[in-house]
Amino acid sequence: MIKAILIFNNHGKPRLSKFYQPYSEDTQQQIIRETFHLVSKRDENVCNFLEGGLLIGGSDNKLIYRHYATLYFVFCVDSSESELGILDLIQVFVETLDKCFENVCELDLIFHVDKVHNILAEMVMGGMVLETNMNEIVTQIDAQNKLEKSELIVYTGLFCISQDFSQAGLAGAPARAVSAVKNMNLPEIPRNINIGDISIKVPNLPSFK
Amino acid sequence: MALKMVKGSIDRMFDKNLQDLVRGIRNHKEDEAKYISQCIDEIKQELKQDNIAVKANAVCKLTYLQMLGYDISWAAFNIIEVMSASKFTFKRIGYLAASQCFHEGTDVIMLTTNQIRKDLSSPSQYDTGVALTGLSCFVTPDLARDLANDIMTLMSHTKPYIRKKAVLIMYKVFLKYPESLRPAFPRLKEKLEDPDPGVQSAAVNVICELARRNPKNYLSLAPLFFKLMTSSTNNWVLIKIIKLFGALTPLEPRLGKKLIEPLTNLIHSTSAMSLLYECVNTVIAVLISLSSGMPNHSASIQLCVQKLRILIEDSDQNLKYLGLLAMSKILRTHPKSVQAHKDLVLQCLDDKDESIRLRALDLLYGVSKKNLMEIVKKLMTHVDKAEGTTYRDELLTKIIDICSQSNYQHITNFEWYISILVELTRLEGTRHGHLIAAQMLDVAIRVKAIRRFAVAQMSALLDSAHLVASSPQRSGICEVLYAAAWICGEFSEHLQEPQQTLEAMLRPKVTTLPGHIQAVYVQNVVKLYAAILQQKEQAADVSAAQEVTQLLVERLPQFVQSADLEVQERASCILQLVKHVQKLQAKDVPVAEEVSALFAGELNPVAPKAQKKVPVPEGLDLDAWINEPLSDSESEDEKPKAMFQDEEQRHAKPRAPEADEQELARRREARRQEQANNPFYIKSSPSPQKRYQDAPGVEHIPVVQIDLSVPLKVPGMPLSDQYVKLEEERRHRQRLEKDKRKKKKRERERRGTRRHSSLHTESDEDIAPAQRVDIVTEEMPENALPSDEDDKDPNDPYRALDIDLDKPLADSEKLPVQKHRNAETSKSPEKEDVPLMEKKSKKPKKKEKKHKEKEREKKKKVEKVEKPSKHKKKKHKKDKEERPKDKRKSKKKVPPTDEEAAEPVENGTLDEEPLPPMSSYTLLAENSYIKMTYDVQGSLQKDSQVTVSVVLENQSDSFLKSMELNVLDSLNARLARPEGSSVHDGVPVPFQLPPTIQSIVMAQKLKGTLSFIAKNDEGSTHEKLDFKLHFTCTSYLVTTPCYSDAFAKLLESGDLSMSSIKVDGISMSFHNLLAKICFHHRFSVVERVDSCASMYSRSIQGHHVCLLVKKGEKSVSVDGKCSDPTLLSNLLEEMKETLATC
Repeated sequence: MIKAILIFNNHGKPRLSKFYQPYSEDTQQQIIRETFHLVSKRDENVCNFLEGGLLIGGSDNKLIYRHYATLYFVFCVDSSESELGILDLIQVFVETLDKCFENVCELDLIFHVDKVHNILAEMVMGGMVLETNMNEIVTQIDAQNKLEKSELIVYTGLFCISQDFSQAGLAGAPARAVSAVKNMNLPEIPRNINIGDISIKVPNLPSFK
Repeated sequence: MALKMVKGSIDRMFDKNLQDLVRGIRNHKEDEAKYISQCIDEIKQELKQDNIAVKANAVCKLTYLQMLGYDISWAAFNIIEVMSASKFTFKRIGYLAASQCFHEGTDVIMLTTNQIRKDLSSPSQYDTGVALTGLSCFVTPDLARDLANDIMTLMSHTKPYIRKKAVLIMYKVFLKYPESLRPAFPRLKEKLEDPDPGVQSAAVNVICELARRNPKNYLSLAPLFFKLMTSSTNNWVLIKIIKLFGALTPLEPRLGKKLIEPLTNLIHSTSAMSLLYECVNTVIAVLISLSSGMPNHSASIQLCVQKLRILIEDSDQNLKYLGLLAMSKILRTHPKSVQAHKDLVLQCLDDKDESIRLRALDLLYGVSKKNLMEIVKKLMTHVDKAEGTTYRDELLTKIIDICSQSNYQHITNFEWYISILVELTRLEGTRHGHLIAAQMLDVAIRVKAIRRFAVAQMSALLDSAHLVASSPQRSGICEVLYAAAWICGEFSEHLQEPQQTLEAMLRPKVTTLPGHIQAVYVQNVVKLYAAILQQKEQAADVSAAQEVTQLLVERLPQFVQSADLEVQERASCILQLVKHVQKLQAKDVPVAEEVSALFAGELNPVAPKAQKKVPVPEGLDLDAWINEPLSDSESEDEKPKAMFQDEEQRHAKPRAPEADEQELARRREARRQEQANNPFYIKSSPSPQKRYQDAPGVEHIPVVQIDLSVPLKVPGMPLSDQYVKLEEERRHRQRLEKDKRKKKKRERERRGTRRHSSLHTESDEDIAPAQRVDIVTEEMPENALPSDEDDKDPNDPYRALDIDLDKPLADSEKLPVQKHRNAETSKSPEKEDVPLMEKKSKKPKKKEKKHKEKEREKKKKVEKVEKPSKHKKKKHKKDKEERPKDKRKSKKKVPPTDEEAAEPVENGTLDEEPLPPMSSYTLLAENSYIKMTYDVQGSLQKDSQVTVSVVLENQSDSFLKSMELNVLDSLNARLARPEGSSVHDGVPVPFQLPPTIQSIVMAQKLKGTLSFIAKNDEGSTHEKLDFKLHFTCTSYLVTTPCYSDAFAKLLESGDLSMSSIKVDGISMSFHNLLAKICFHHRFSVVERVDSCASMYSRSIQGHHVCLLVKKGEKSVSVDGKCSDPTLLSNLLEEMKETLATC
């Protein structure tokens, strides 16, 4: 079983947290902090396994992590998971993110954490590995995005009507509205943000399959 | 309406979406909290609107805030609203939020049941998928119960996408609602062979998780998994299966034997490291489980170790780590194979990666007398180098572990060990001070020869106590002062300069130590004082004796003022004592004898479990009240007691019981004798180390003469190294001596015909310990009970899933239920397939009652050996025959059932007194040939099925064969013949399965016939025996343990009907009575107070039965509550009958 999946950056800022056991929000933050503390002080070329995540489960549990550019991907698993298997799973996860976001970088994760969740949900369900085949995952994600888009068209239609209305009375609204819609459909990353623009390097590790 | 919608969507345009929120938070770095609370206010406004899109947007933002640590449970209802949106976009947002923040305590979660059910049956696969994903995160027992059936249907969905999700989520459902496991299992098993690899992998995943917790229940699937393993190419699936086999092999060694070959093939063929590693792991598990009887055993071990070495030598740190991890598993059973790679392990200790160093430390357990010193020396250098305290602490515990393992087996020189311990006290900021202290105490108490040395070391330690306990971060280490003070006090006769130590212990600085250490100081000051007094009085040095007393009178008040109660109490007590002594001394009365008498007697080490193992004396009822309890409120007064418990547990050293004068004298004499014989106690030698120089082997006098008495006094200088050197020299001398002796011998015997090539290799046995070491074994009470069972944690959530196909739930603490299948445990998995196949039948709801009988004649055990040969003669016949082994025996026979039944009763752990053997086997029918006894057992898993065990006993001298058992169907019970195959290897009387019992509330009777052919010298006759099977209501009950809180809840629920009986004239003890009810009527005791007990049981169809049994003067009254009145009244009737016989 996978107990938790955490993504945080080099400064410990959480980018995604998924717990497969219920914890209070405070405990979750504590776990993230503790995990960051454990993981961040390790050198680059040491092994990717860590024992002794004190908060999350007992001695049976291990932290398995990978560090890509600015992000740490940490899986907390128990002994029923194969350590090397999980390392490969992290790789598959990152590669899938790379495919879905087209050259993924930390900003993608910052602004689209919901999408990352959706991708993760196609790989791991309730703490168990659901799918490891990247093509299959991407196909399902694409199909769901398509479905979402088809539903969104209805809204764009509504929006056109609203524009008519706004011309009648609401003066400053349209410009703002247009930008909102734009943001909704095509995520455009604002320029005024200065950290974490480095895209995640996906090293060519020996694939699992 | 349209306008409203449009208005809503305009509003939406003004709302922040998730991206705006994130951007906003990033732009408000300084006042993030304030900005977020603003946003939450906005979100609350948005949630109030009718527009679902606005709500979804708000919920989406909340999900983000949840990740940042904000509690969003207040929006649970809105989340449910969004979940029930018709559009997938919103639904997904809703389910995501729910999966992030819902848990079992979320009260609105019960509102989701119907929504989720609707989504599960939605035509869109993504609606279903998203619901399944969400549910997997927040499924509760209620949801699991209500939706189990829907999810089970989805397991056969046309789309593999849904199928695999449905299969996976079943694990969560099982966890929350264990009752669903049995009905769903056949389908889950089918999915193992699903055409879609994803579904297959999901099913493997689920079964592996289940089997990991309760492997024995899944042994029957082994053949299927074996097939999968040899056919599958998916590494994920393979890894899971191989891991599963690792869990199964300990239970079934035969499986292991089969596995070795395919696994070895995989190891050779696979290129995936992960698969290779898991294969090696499982091979190790197999080898551990196999007894050493296998010939090609060592080849497999070699292969594993060799592959692991490759992993460890790999540059990839991950492989190195895993290699070490697996190596430590081999170590447990095959330490020799690991020891060969000691170089590698020691090399890994130098690794820069802490995880790897820790793993390498694990492997150090494989030490011997030969290399212990070397390894510890290496570890000590690591201790010096280590920066992180965790790793250093780990090293420290490891050093102590490897030295103390198996009763200090590997230590040849305890002086060396003590000096290692003293060196360890110089560690900064370790948490393990108490561990070192415990070791010091243990060694000093148990190794008598070392006491003089230990005392010298400890007094040095006390002298430099200011170094040990100087800074606050050294607080952990000051625990060793506890040990030091105690050792100096207790063995004060060995002290060279007791006065100096006494002064060291009375320094004002001591009062800064923790209370429990001060207390020990105070106590041992007096012991020292007594020793000094004795010494001075013997020397007739009155003034010196008075000086010492004066010193104590001056210094003790500082302890009297201590804030610690224990210290204060001891100090003031002792101060008064010393003042009294002072008065006596002033009158020139000799006092030393009397003061020393305070501490007379020898301390013996007591095993930690000793107290637990003291058998309860006969006739003592520990649960009985000594005085009648006054009132209920008293139980609250127990708190103050707990205040001291912690301290007591850690520090209390049990004193040996007061021995009488003679015994004491005898012991003292024995000690003196022993000391006289012990070279270590030779008074003339100023330092024990002199011995080494005195020893023979003069040609190898060490070049540098080390006078150890000097460094002893100077703290801060490692002296263990010197011991290593000394030890080497000593061994060298020993070896030389031995060689010399050998040479002489050889020369005497034969000249140079045979040469030992291994002249200088020494084995463990060759190394003699430096001192004659007398390790006192820990004392245990006389007639201690055999090892107590380690009970499983009752709170383990996976225990609920320990659902066997044929065994009732574990109820270890209660009176054991007879288990009819004990004899079958060693059965091969193929055979156990049968019950599963039954379940797979088309009508899973309508369960059949399995009727099962067994022939368990005592003599059969002997006969079993002969059976195969007889089989050959009658191969064509399905039915085996029975033959009495010995005429006389069969006649004299004790009823075999007695022994059978008594056995589990004896194992019961909770009983204070041995119970009379009880048997629930009752006579079924009997004639001159055969006697039948039977017993009926229900099982919670098969709600309309009971197991009938029939014991057939041959009473004649004839062969009995072709036995056939037939039972006439009744209205409620009917027999159906199974498909010919027999499930067990007992006597396969073709048996039939009786039937669903429609109603279990009334007792039932079944008529039946047993026909057989009796064959003796005169010929064979066809015989028949009629019998009546009587199913009492009791036989539908299953002993189920129940916790008192659950019991109380059950009684409060009010949907139980009540009834009661009273039986007079009972003389039996209440305890026996309860045992009788437990045994014959399958109840378990929930709570027992005085002569009143509440009991619980459950019928196979889930009726709860609660009893309150009260014992009066000569009568017993039983009040029962049950969900079915008829069942209850019938039960009570039956109970009445049982009780009447008491």
